[in-house]
Order: sequence, then structure tokens, then C-alpha cells
Amino acid sequence: MTWTEYFVVIIVVLIFIVIFQIAKASEYVSVLKGEKKAFEQNNRINGFLMLLFLILGLSAAWWCNKLLYKKTLLWAPSASDHGENIDTMMWITLAITGFVFIVTQILLFWFAFRYQSSEKRKAHYYPHNNKLELLWTVVPAIALTVLVSFGLYYWYRITGEAPKEAMEVEVTGHQFGWEYRYPGKDGVLGRQHYKLIDPAKSNPLGQDWNDVANRDDLHPSELHLVVNKPVRLVIRSQDVIHDVGLAHFRLKMDAVPGTPTTMWFTPKYTTEQMKKITGNENFVYEISCDQMCGSGHYSMRGVIVVETQEEFDKWITSQKPQYLAAHPDGGSTPLPAAADTSKATGMIQGAAEAPVAVH
Amino acid sequence: MSNEIVIQHGVSEQEVHEHHEAHHHHETFITKYVFSQDHKMIAKQFLITGMIWAIIGGLMSVLFRLQLGYPDLQLPWLEDIFGHWAKDGKITPEFYYALGTMHGTILIFFVLTAGLTGTFANFLIPFQVGARDMASPFLNMLSYWFFVVASVILMSSLFVQTGPAAGGWTVYPPLSALGDASQGSKIGMDLWLVSLALFVVSSLLGGLNYISTILNMRTKGMTMTRMPLTVWALLFTAILGLLSFPVLFSGFILLLFDRHLGTSFYLSDIVISGTKILPNEGGSPILYQHLFWFLGHPEVYIIILPTFGLVSEVMSINARKPIFGYMAMIASMFAIALLAFLVWAHHMFVTGLNPFLGSVFVLLTLLIAVPSAIKVFNWLTTLWRGSIRFTPGMLFSIGFVSMFISGGLTGIFLGNSTLDLHLHDTYFVIAHFHIVMGVSAFMGMFAGVYHWFPKMYGRYMNNTLGYIHFWVTLVCAYVIFWPMHYEGFAGMPRRYYDYAGWESFKQFVELNRVISFAAILSFLVQLLFVFNFFYSIFKGRKVTSKNPWGANTLEWTTPIRPGHGNWPGEIPEVHRWAYDYGKDGRDFVPQTEPVGKDETSH
Repeated sequence: MTWTEYFVVIIVVLIFIVIFQIAKASEYVSVLKGEKKAFEQNNRINGFLMLLFLILGLSAAWWCNKLLYKKTLLWAPSASDHGENIDTMMWITLAITGFVFIVTQILLFWFAFRYQSSEKRKAHYYPHNNKLELLWTVVPAIALTVLVSFGLYYWYRITGEAPKEAMEVEVTGHQFGWEYRYPGKDGVLGRQHYKLIDPAKSNPLGQDWNDVANRDDLHPSELHLVVNKPVRLVIRSQDVIHDVGLAHFRLKMDAVPGTPTTMWFTPKYTTEQMKKITGNENFVYEISCDQMCGSGHYSMRGVIVVETQEEFDKWITSQKPQYLAAHPDGGSTPLPAAADTSKATGMIQGAAEAPVAVH
Repeated sequence: MSNEIVIQHGVSEQEVHEHHEAHHHHETFITKYVFSQDHKMIAKQFLITGMIWAIIGGLMSVLFRLQLGYPDLQLPWLEDIFGHWAKDGKITPEFYYALGTMHGTILIFFVLTAGLTGTFANFLIPFQVGARDMASPFLNMLSYWFFVVASVILMSSLFVQTGPAAGGWTVYPPLSALGDASQGSKIGMDLWLVSLALFVVSSLLGGLNYISTILNMRTKGMTMTRMPLTVWALLFTAILGLLSFPVLFSGFILLLFDRHLGTSFYLSDIVISGTKILPNEGGSPILYQHLFWFLGHPEVYIIILPTFGLVSEVMSINARKPIFGYMAMIASMFAIALLAFLVWAHHMFVTGLNPFLGSVFVLLTLLIAVPSAIKVFNWLTTLWRGSIRFTPGMLFSIGFVSMFISGGLTGIFLGNSTLDLHLHDTYFVIAHFHIVMGVSAFMGMFAGVYHWFPKMYGRYMNNTLGYIHFWVTLVCAYVIFWPMHYEGFAGMPRRYYDYAGWESFKQFVELNRVISFAAILSFLVQLLFVFNFFYSIFKGRKVTSKNPWGANTLEWTTPIRPGHGNWPGEIPEVHRWAYDYGKDGRDFVPQTEPVGKDETSH
């Protein structure tokens, strides 16, 4: 340990001793002063502190909001249509709970201060009142009905079926990174099976090359989305549970090994637009893993680029199908005969499961 | 220093000198302090073991807060102590996750379940229902020693080469099932599971005892609706534990099978690091989450319900008023206990759960806010027009209500699946549950300890230290957890070792430093409490009357230092409920006093 560290320890110990001595002394003083007097004095001090805490606490909450508000996403528009619903819900909930919070905390600390023990007053015997109980059963129930109704209305909108024109992208998580797969020109993600996964043979996603739909599937290193075009993510995991966390879109969905999940939304702003909105030149849409997945959990980062249709088209045409990487001879191998296909897939039962079979 | 003054009717001291004839038998050191079957001693054993665990668990949070608040700091002495876990004086990610996992496990199970219920159920149930001991003192002793064995095993996992469990306190498979996926999922995970399985046994033995004692061993006149709210709360707690812990147990056993016997309950389609292909197919990791949260959610009520009782009792006594709405308090606890079983899947909104099923759980979850609101308003009304004495116990009761409001309201955000999509697994969640079941439960526990310390040891704790303890704890708790809501509003994920690599979450460096500083300060203040506790056992001011707080319940009719069997003579008969404070101009009317002819009824 360094000298500063020893110094800190000594200071802490000294403070402990001082506090203890004061506490002991005050006990002796109260005996000398008379217990009644000491009790009254302490009660007044603590009563006053109740009031002080209320005032300072509420001021500190206001100050904290001023300091931190701009660092959150509360002020920034949501980058997805679903996120806008979530933001509306958030503000409704904040308004109701904020009101209840302020009223009840004021009542609590005010009552504590106001009704501290006093010679002049006796406690009021007031064991129950059914009207009051009814009041604070019914009013919260109504408030919560409002919250549940709004919440479920938005919930069903968000979790409902994706529109037909939505583009489909597969996102696969593994320790500690994300892989993306686009269906290519045919618009269909090819079959895959976990036992086919073999990065050494350029098949990190376990694509079944016997499925023709796989031949044009793309495997880029970034996730590109088109602004104002709905996207449906098919989410998979290869090892443990991960979670596709999209803070700016206000969405999350777990990646569960063995059970593909889905999530859809419509991005509203391109990455460039968000740079202007947030005033941050380095702004980037990030995918964060939001489910504890091991020692590299904190570094499981993905990047999403939202762009215009033209930019997207340009980018996607520059991508080469993974099939070509796995077949360096240029993919000139002719399609296997139908008989061969059934034989090959027969080895791996269940491989025929298409990713759409989610619900 | 000022406790005794508040009693108008000092109870005479004659009782102190009475012999404790009843059940007087020779006790050795072993039977009195180690393998004791006296509910009071077992309560103290649970309390002190819980305190030791709380210090260890708290210290762990200080260590990982160091990493979060000062990610660039290098403390060479950390390497001296922890070796390769803190290479170059910096906590490694594996160690960080192990610390977080152990912190959660220890605080939730060993401190706030065993330490809290174990202490107060054992101490208060026989006293307050008027029984000489638990229904089965022997099982009660076993319950404690199972807890000790569980403790020893969990402790030993801290010293194995690959470290303790590190997948979070919920230990979700497949991460927890596969040693290849995480260092912490090797032998450390087995020790964790065995320890927790034994812990479940301890809880069940305790719970059965609490329920049978309350139902069968109440003294004459102690009808159910005359029982203090503490006993009601502990009854509901025990029932919750009895019905939900076995489900957790089965979940753990299946996990052990998956780990060692090649079963596939939770495992399917897994490839480790792209190369190791596992044969398991057809299992579902979501099954584990259902089993886990079927206990896991009732568990948070197992933690908070006892404190409902403790706080109600302490608040009523020190406001010198009856608890407002006694029957409504029982009804709301019943409603909470019932709903506790029907909300577990709100932890699983983003697992791909069927949205319709999710919506059912939204409804049931938000329903819990109603009985919770009833309780808060009843506590507020109990304070209204009272005559409040700010004993340390009372201060912590008020602090409890403040924290319970703050943490309860944020539950309305998270229970709403729409908002959970955004807030799930962010710092908002950390803030929510630490406030509502961490700090609140601790406040309730402190209220109980300060209040019943005189009954436990025949001495008082130092009041001034108590005041300092309370105010610093209250302020620190808000400084630590209030700003975390803002981190959650930024979408900042929890369980991250470092945020420096993230454009979206790196803006909270200074804030994290402030939080870490407050966390260290509040840890030090808890040490002050621990010191006060042990110092006062031996050197505290002596209690000179049987009923120092002017309370109505039966424990204050026993001698100052009750022997085994609690009452030297007959067990007193009960004639009224426990809350006749300030009735008909009288400061308090003990439960043992018959109802007078011209007494007003309520």
C-alpha cells in the first residue's frame, strides 16, 4: 500500500473513534441532563432533520434531473416507430408516478415533522376508516387500469405481426459478438443447423449448402437497415442466452439457443440524421448485449447503419454470398441431384426448420 | 439515553429479581450457545450469521463499485490479496462477475431471507403469540445448522481455483450449465447449487416451524385477529417460502442433471466458441427461467413481507397510535402473498414469451400495486396526528416507507411490458430492486434490530450512533440509487464491467464515481452499526424496566432477560388486539389487560 492509502485508512479509523466518543459522551450528558430533557431535544433535532431532508431531497432530485436529463434518451426522439409508442407510455407513467411520488413523500416527511411528540398534544386514537380504505383502493386501481390499458394497447402493436413488405435479417449472437445474415435476392433465409457450424470451413452460421436458398445469403460484418422501411429480425444464439438491446430504438429481444425469436420495427432516422439530432458527430446505433453471457458480456457490441434505400442498395450489391467463401472454387459446383439433397439433409434431422417457425 | 422516559406507567422492577423457575435446567456452553434449541438464541445466531454475511456481501459490492467508479485505478494491494483475480491491481472481468453474482446470492438469500426471517420469526413468533418456544425446537436448530452448512459451502466456493459462480444470481443456463462457457460455471457453480439446495432445506424446516407455531401454539385469547402484524407478516412469509422454494429446488436439481448426467432439460443446439458442438437437443433454457422465477418473484415478497410487519409494529408503538386499518393491512398482505405466485413471468417479457401470456402477467403485476398502495397510505395515516418518538427504530421505519414508495413506483414501469422493452436489464432495474427490496428491507431490518435489541440483550444500543447510522444511510441510499434511474433512461445495460467502449453509455463516468463514493461511505456507516451492535451487547446501557417502549405485545411481559421458556410463571392470557395506543386517554393498554366495562369499542 502507498502512503496515501495508509493515510486514508488512518483518517477513517480516526473518524470512527471521534464519532464513537461523541456518541458515548452524549449518552453520559443525557444521563446528567435528565432523560426527559435529552429525549425532547433529540426528538426535536430528528423532527427538524425530517423536514430538512424533505426540502433538500426534493431540491437535489430537481438538480440531479438538470444535470443528467440531457445524458439520457428521454429528450431525444425515438429512432423507431415502436419506440415512439414506448416514449409516450413512458411519459404517461412518469407523470402519474411522479405525482404520487411527490405527494406521498411530502406527506410522509411532513407528518413525521408535524406530529413529533409534544407535551401539548396527545395522539389521536384512529384505528380505521373504511371509506378511506375504499378511497385508496379504488383510486390506485383506476390509475393502474389506465396504465395497463395504454401499456397493452402499445404492447400488442409492437409485438404484432410484421408488415408483409418488411425486410428480413437474421441476427445471431455468440460469445462475444454478433453475426448478420441477409436472405439475398430470393428473399428467403436458407436452412441451417447448428451441427453444420464450422468457422474453419467458412460456415460460421451452420448454413446447409444443399439448400438452394442459402446460395445467395449474405453474411456481412455490419447490420445495415433502410430508413422508414420495416425490418424483421430473426434472432438466434449459438451458445448461451444473449439479448439484442437497441437503446435508440427502445427495443430488446433475447437470443435463446434452440429457440429463434423475432422482433420488428421501422427505423425513422438514418445514422447521419441522428448525428445532427443528437449533436454528436460520433453517434452510432449500437447493439448491446443485455443478458449476462460471460466474461466478455460488456464488450459484445454490434453496429447498425441506418441509411437511405439508394445507399443500402449500393452497399448490399457490394456484398458477396457466404456460399462463395465456403466454396473457393467459385461456386461452380452444380446443384446436387434431388436424391443427394434428401440424403444429405436426412443426416441432420430437424435442419429443415425454417426460421419463420417462431410462434 | 432517552428511551425510558416515554413510559408513563413504569413497570415495577420486581419481576427482574424473580427466579426463572420455569424450564430451568442445567445448560452447558454447547447447548446454550452452539446447538441451542431456544428460539431466542437461534434468532441471535441467525442475526449474527446474517450480519457476517452482510459485511462480506457489502464488501464485494465495494470492490466492484471500485471498478465501475474508477475503471482506470490500479491498487497493487488488491493483487496482494486476490492474486490473479486482480492482476496489476485491477479487478479482472471474471472476478467482477463473480463478485456481482456472490453479492446478489449472499444478500438475497443469506442476509435478507435467512438473516431477516430467521432472526425475527424465531425471536418474535413465540414471544408475540405467547408460546414457550417453537413447535419443534429441534427442527428449528436443524434449520440454523443447515444454513451454516450452506454458508460454509458457498464460502468455500470463493477459494476454488476457477472461482465461484459468475453468471449472475439467477444463474441462467446455458451459461451456468457449461463450464466451457464461463470459468464460474465450473466447480464453483456446483458448490453454489449444493449450497443453495441446502439453504432451501433450511428455509423449509424454518417455515414449517413458523406456520405450525402460529397456528397451534397461540396463548389463551390470542385469536388470529388479535395477533400483531409482525406475526401475520411472518405467517405469510413462511407460507410463500413453503410453496415456492421446492420449485426452485427442482429447477436446481435439473440444472445439476444437465451439468453432470448429460440430460437436456435446458440445453439445445449449442456450439461453444464455434468449434465445440454439443449433442443436446430439445431442451429449453426458458424452462429454467420459469422454475427459477416461480420462486424468484415470491422471494422478493419473502424478503419484504417480514419488514412490513416489523415496520407496522415499530411505527404504531412510536407514533403512540394504533396501526391504521389493521384488517386492511392483513388483507393487503394476503393479496400480495397470493399475487406473488402469479406474476413471475414479468421477469421474462423479452425472452420471446408469447405476447398474450405477457399481457396477462402485465395485468397481474400492476394489480400488486393496489395492495402496496393501501399499505403505504395506511402507514401515512398511522403517522397522521400521532405523537411521534424518533427512536432509531422509528427513524428506520419512516425511511422504510420513503424507500418503499420510491422503489414501488418504479415497479410500475418495469411491470408494464411496453416499458420493459426499453428498461429491461438496464440500471433502472438495479435502482428499482435495490431500493424496494434491498434498502427497504434493510431499513425494516434495522428498525427491528434497534427496537428489539433491548429484549434480545437487556441493554440498549447507542442512540446517537443510531441517528448517524440512519441519516447517512438514507442520504447515501438515495445518492447511490436515484441517479441510476437516469442511467437506465439512457438504456445503459447492467452487469457491464466497463462502458468505455460504448458510444451510447460512456457519458456517466463522473456519476459512476459519485455513486461508488457514496457506496463506500454507506458501507463504512454500516460498520458503525455493527460496532454499535456488538459493543452494546456488552457495554450498552442496561434496560431497567420490563417494557421500555410502552408496548402492548406479550414479549414485553416477560422478564428483562427471559430464560428458556420465556415466562417464569403462567403464560399470560390475551384480552384484546395489540394496538390500543392512546385509547380513552391512556397511553397504552397491554394485550393482557381485560376489556373494561365502559371502554369504547372500535
